Amino acid sequence: MLHIINKSTLGSSTLDTCLNTATGGDILLIEDAVYAATKGNASAAVLQAAMGRFKFHVLMPDLEARGLGDRLIEGVSPVDYGGFVDLTVNNKSCQSWL
Amino acid sequence: MSDAKKFMFVNRKAPYGTIYALESLEVVLISAAFDQDVSLVFLDDGVYQLKKGQQTKGIETKNFSPAYRALEDYDVEKLYVEKEAMEARGLTEEDFLVDVTVLSRAEMGALMDEQDVVLSF
Amino acid sequence: MANIEVGGKSYETDEEGYLVNLSDWNTDVANFMAQTENITMTDQHWEVVNFLREYFDEYQIAPAVRVLTKAIGKKLGAEKGTSEYLYGLFPYGPGKQACKIAGLPKPTGCI
Repeated sequence: MLHIINKSTLGSSTLDTCLNTATGGDILLIEDAVYAATKGNASAAVLQAAMGRFKFHVLMPDLEARGLGDRLIEGVSPVDYGGFVDLTVNNKSCQSWL
Repeated sequence: MSDAKKFMFVNRKAPYGTIYALESLEVVLISAAFDQDVSLVFLDDGVYQLKKGQQTKGIETKNFSPAYRALEDYDVEKLYVEKEAMEARGLTEEDFLVDVTVLSRAEMGALMDEQDVVLSF
Repeated sequence: MANIEVGGKSYETDEEGYLVNLSDWNTDVANFMAQTENITMTDQHWEVVNFLREYFDEYQIAPAVRVLTKAIGKKLGAEKGTSEYLYGLFPYGPGKQACKIAGLPKPTGCI
């Protein structure tokens, strides 16, 4: 299953709820959620701790828009819009956490 | 200037994901015409508004970050960043596209107390 | 939305006559815009229009008149950084008219 998170993880509990509820699968960070996957962000450790259970992806146009394209943490895979589509196609279901 | 009021704009949201950052900037630029004593503070994700190197072509959204560098022309020169927020996001003063004063949370609270008007975005 | 015709080409403008797409701008469009504002472009006019385009390129905003006046004074000399000089060139407001001719949006901070 694909989980899509679009809220800042330091300003919202969405990522925490997702990690606590979901059993595994792909997590795609988009819009303000991309900050979580940047070096030095307090949420980066949360992602790293969950990497065994989940595969994390980040939408690069959103990270670049925010001036952080060069700060992606290890273990998170960068995707473009085409990669976004692939993730939705390759998963049986998809949840956008609001 | 003696009857100028102290205005503080509190910015707590990251750019692009929501409209708050852009709205705040526009209100600041417009209100600069009124010659008040304006401070801009950046807390929480608001510190991301000032990040250097924003490239918005990929999301087809206007990059409004260069406008922060024009604030000086508008006589808006008091920009404050919360130290704790900056550090929790792995940022340093060198990451910002304008000169800012970094304040601790306690100092930020004291500055807030001095204001006549506080506007929150 | 509206359209203007210049040299056989059509350009999109908003309801106040400002160019919608910044990249559509060229000197023919500028001269056409000036004509609709009853302004005959001189070197002095071009100097201000070009300054505005550079300012926009740098900061992504069209400066308020007050800011424009100050910035022109710094860049082009104190004698040009006055309301008298700028209103002499653009009688209905250097912000509004010069921005329109420069293909920029209405100035930010212009109420």
